[in-house]
Order: sequence, then structure tokens, then C-alpha cells
Amino acid sequence: MTKILDVNGLVTRFYSVDGVVHALNEVQFDLEPGETLGVVGESGSGKSVTMMSLLGLIPKPPGRVEGGTAVFNDGSDTFDLLKLSEKELQEVRGGKVGFIFQDPISSLNPTMTIGKQIAESMMTHLQLGESEARKRTINLLQQVGIADAERRYDSYPHEFSGGMRQRVMIAIAVACEPAIVIADEPTTALDVTVQAQIIELTQRLQKQMGMAVVWITHDLGVVAGMADRVLVMYGGTVVESALVDDLYENPQHPYTIGLLGAIPKMEGEDERLVSIEGSPPDLLQPLTYCPFASRCPFVFQRCWKERPLLIPIGKNHDTACFYDVERGAPRDHV
Amino acid sequence: MQRYLLSRLVQSFLLLLGVLIVVFFMIRLTGDPVSLMVPKEAPAEVREAFREANGFNRPLYAQFFEYLLNAFQLDLGHSLKFRQSNLSIIMERLPSTVYLATISLFLAIVIAVPIGIIGGFNPGSAADTVGRAFGLFGQTIPGFVFALYLILIFAVRLGWLPSFGRDFWYSVILPATALSIGGIGQFVRLTRSAVLEIRNEDYIRTARSKGLSKMAIGARHVARNAALALISVVTVQYSYMLGGSIYIESIFAWPGLGNLLQGAIVDRDFPLIQALAIVFSFFVVTLNLLTDVIYAVIDPRIRYGS
Repeated sequence: MTKILDVNGLVTRFYSVDGVVHALNEVQFDLEPGETLGVVGESGSGKSVTMMSLLGLIPKPPGRVEGGTAVFNDGSDTFDLLKLSEKELQEVRGGKVGFIFQDPISSLNPTMTIGKQIAESMMTHLQLGESEARKRTINLLQQVGIADAERRYDSYPHEFSGGMRQRVMIAIAVACEPAIVIADEPTTALDVTVQAQIIELTQRLQKQMGMAVVWITHDLGVVAGMADRVLVMYGGTVVESALVDDLYENPQHPYTIGLLGAIPKMEGEDERLVSIEGSPPDLLQPLTYCPFASRCPFVFQRCWKERPLLIPIGKNHDTACFYDVERGAPRDHV
Repeated sequence: MQRYLLSRLVQSFLLLLGVLIVVFFMIRLTGDPVSLMVPKEAPAEVREAFREANGFNRPLYAQFFEYLLNAFQLDLGHSLKFRQSNLSIIMERLPSTVYLATISLFLAIVIAVPIGIIGGFNPGSAADTVGRAFGLFGQTIPGFVFALYLILIFAVRLGWLPSFGRDFWYSVILPATALSIGGIGQFVRLTRSAVLEIRNEDYIRTARSKGLSKMAIGARHVARNAALALISVVTVQYSYMLGGSIYIESIFAWPGLGNLLQGAIVDRDFPLIQALAIVFSFFVVTLNLLTDVIYAVIDPRIRYGS
């Protein structure tokens, strides 16, 4: 199948007063139509910045996308997202790519009815009139599980609970039936029970509309339950990418192994929570060596001299590491 | 919303009552009001006659209740100098002051808000730097100094505009400019910071993620929320312009309340000063109430709050 999104060598930097932040260092990944891609990694690893960079949503200045390609292909159109003008990007955002953000309280305009906030997307991209957009919005509100949608159209965000607001956010994201939905930690701010409902709702809409979903999170449990494929990010790079079962059963990058080891287990005695020693790399320095070198138990000389690139090591399984964990020795032909 | 407005209305009423009480006792704080109002050299008979005529010889509580009763019947006493009711004098001068303050406020908004918006949307640009400098100038230069410069340049040197009175339609230009300069400075800075702050809100990112154009985001998402931040300052500024224009009105001999107050102070016309203090407080309280009403209308969080 043709990939709906193919990203290569994506470089984003932030020119801050403290220096240049090397936020993304040649990020590489792809996305297939209809699949769910989980993107995991700790804060500052570049999960959100990657997605924001693709659609021109990083603050500029200080941010700048300085390299790479991101080919979007939904069957009817093919273009490089990074070459689009702001005006062309506006057509993509909301139209072909929808966004769900983390905090549904601050992400909705407090002085505009939720109905209008959903409808304005339709009116912009689908050239609908106000009454037609209203009709479709009410229909959509029902689909995302908001009771009494007709009346709730005219409600303001503060009249909804957190979970309901996130349903509204989802309605905004899918209003124009986009090919891709990017969900940036959409359940982090919610109760666990509400989290499950939001995940379920997203999956239902995904199936219904045939969208690909990029689910950014640091919750490995959520990813295991819903993703088809997982991207592990670290220090502004992709360090491992694999099908979800493959990743959990057979992690190849030392960071992924550490990450999976850090998931608390339900069974067993009360033990101290496991953590990965050390701290993430200083992004103010250009990344000329492996970003995980300082924390890696398998580190050897080469890791400090050059940066490992993503290499295929199995079917649908890539990793960026010079060390072969399975053999317990450095890789030969990399 | 009715409950909210009703409670604000009751609060405003209580506030006015408080003002009346303070004004009443202020006059009597120095002891004998007669010694305040009648010249020291006046013979004792005159003083006693004055005391009698104004009821100052009666018990304090009786004076107080009569004062309150009169106030609620819109009787604010009589001016010593003009020998007529304070209220009629004030009503005669009121239109001039409202006219000047309204034009000044309008001027300040029309000039300052666009500058603030441009700055807020293009922080760090040349236009923003100039706008901020202008805002800082407006907020820091004392109004009376600016007024004197205006007179010096436009009335004395260029002779384009009159420096006093309200004889021509363009007489208002100089005093209005002088009166608005402080408001301009404040509005520029506030509009700019409100726009800047709102542009960083998460919901603006959401709006951008919907693919709205810059114009649509500015008009639909930024403007309303920025207006919320501005309204309270605009109404405070307006009450300041209505009540605080003493020196501007004096400098330009503008026939309004500020000028009247200045004259009353010079003439030690205490009943008139008292009445003016009440009227100015009434402006402030009314405008505060108006602010609350406007908020209730445009901010849904208040409109639907309990």
C-alpha cells in the first residue's frame, strides 16, 4: 500500500536566547492509511515537535524547520508538506489532517460555543453554509457521544466536563473527515475511566472514517492496547520502530528495553519503581554521537564517535543502535 | 444572570450610600462646619445666622437623616457662591464634561487599539517598537505638561486651534487630545499584551490546527478575548476622564465639572464641593456597574454562572 505520509531527515531547531536547541535530528518515519501509529518517548524527545513541524504549527520564531521531506499522499494528492506555503498548509490542517490536543480545557476557546468551534472547520474546508454546517455538527456531536446535541451546540466549553470537552476536541479534529488524525497526549489530563472511553471513541471513528491515527503518548500501556506500530523517540531522533507486539516482545534498542523495564508490574512484591539512570541529552549541543550513550549499559567507543542511523533489523523493525543486544556484541556491517 | 446583575445593583447602591456617609462626615471632621464655610473675620451674629439657616445647630443624627433624605430626592444642597441648587449648577455643566470625556475616550480607543493590535501580532517589528515607545510616552507624560505643549505649539506658535473655551466645534480638539494621552498609553500597552498573551493560548493553536486563516483567527478568536481584557480598563479610564479632568478643564478653561470644582475649591464653596464629590462618585459607581453588565453580556462564563 502507498504510504500516506513518508517523512525523512526532518530537522527542526529552535533559536532561543540560550543557544540553538536541536529539537529534531533527522527524524524518519512513515504512516500507512488507516493504521494507528503510537509515538512514545519522554518529555522533550521530540514527539510533539515532529508532528507540529510537519504542519507548520511550531512557533516561528524561534522555531525553524531546516531540512527533510514529508511526502503526503492520500491517493488523490501528493505533495511535500515541508514545501507548502502557509496558505496551502491551512488547507491541509483541519482538512486532511486533524489534531486532538492534550488539555481540552485550555484548547477550546472559552468565549465561543462548542458548536461554532466545530462548524467553523467545516465552513472553512468544505465550503458549507452556516445551517448545513450546523446540521452536520449536531450529527457529529451525536456520533462522539454528546447527548442532547441540538441544545449542546450552543453551549460553551466551561459547561462541559473534561471528558466531554475532549469529545468536542475529537469532533473538531474529525469534522472534515481527514486522512490523518494526530492525537497529542489526548488522554493525559483525563481520569482513567474517561481515558478508556476516549480511546474507544477514537478507534470507532477511525474505523468509520478510515483515518490513520498518530497517537503521541508517554503511556506505554495505552500504546500496547491500541497501536498497530510504535515509534520510540529519544533526543529528537527515532531510536526504534516496530509492530507493537514485536516491540514489546523483542525490543532491540537499549532505551526501549529500559523503557519497558520501567513499566510497573501488577503482580509480585512491592518493589521500588525501576528507572533509567541518568538524564536525557542536552539538546543545545549538536548530536554528533548516540543521544543515549551516557545512559546506555551497552555503550562502547563507537557510540561516542558517530550517531547511529535507523537500520532495518527485521520485518517492519528498525533500530538506531550499533550494538546487537541479542548477540551481545557490536553489529558488524553498519 | 439576573441574580448576578441584581447583586451588582445592590452592591452599587450600598457603595453610593457609603459615599454619602463619608462625604457627610468629612465636612464635619474638622469640627464645626460653620468655621469651614464662613470667613474667619465674619462677626459672631453672621456665623450664628448661617448656622441656623443651614441647620448646623441641630443634633448630628437629625442633620444626617435630613441630608440622606434630601440626597435621595436629588437635593444636593445649595451653593454658597451661586445661591442656587447645586444640582442645577452641575446639570448645566455636565454636558460639557461628558462631551469632552467621551470624545477623549473615543480618540484614545481609535488611536491606541489598532497600534496595540499591530504590535501584539508583530512583536519586535519596527511598527511594534514605535508603537510601544508611543505607548510609553503616553503613559508617562503628565497630562498637564502635554496640555501646555499642545497650547504652545498649536495655539501659540501655529495659531491653528483655540487654547481655551468651548466657542467653536474645534475647541474640543486640544483638551480632548490632552485628556486622552494617558488613556492612549494605557490602551496601547494593554491591547498589545492582551493580544500577545491570547496568541499563545492553547485554543489559538487549536484554531490554527483547524486551518483557519490568520485573519479568521484574529477576528473570531483573538478579538473577543482581547476585548474582555480591555473593557474593565476602558471604563475605569472613562470614569477617570469624567471625574479627573480638573486640571485639563482648568488649563483650557473648559466649562465643565472639573473647572467648576476647581472654582469651588478656590471659593471654599463647601456645599458645592460636597455635591460634586457625590456626583463624581456616582459616575464611578455607575461605570463599574456598566462594566459588570457588559461582561455579563459578552463573557459566557459570567453570563451562565450562578
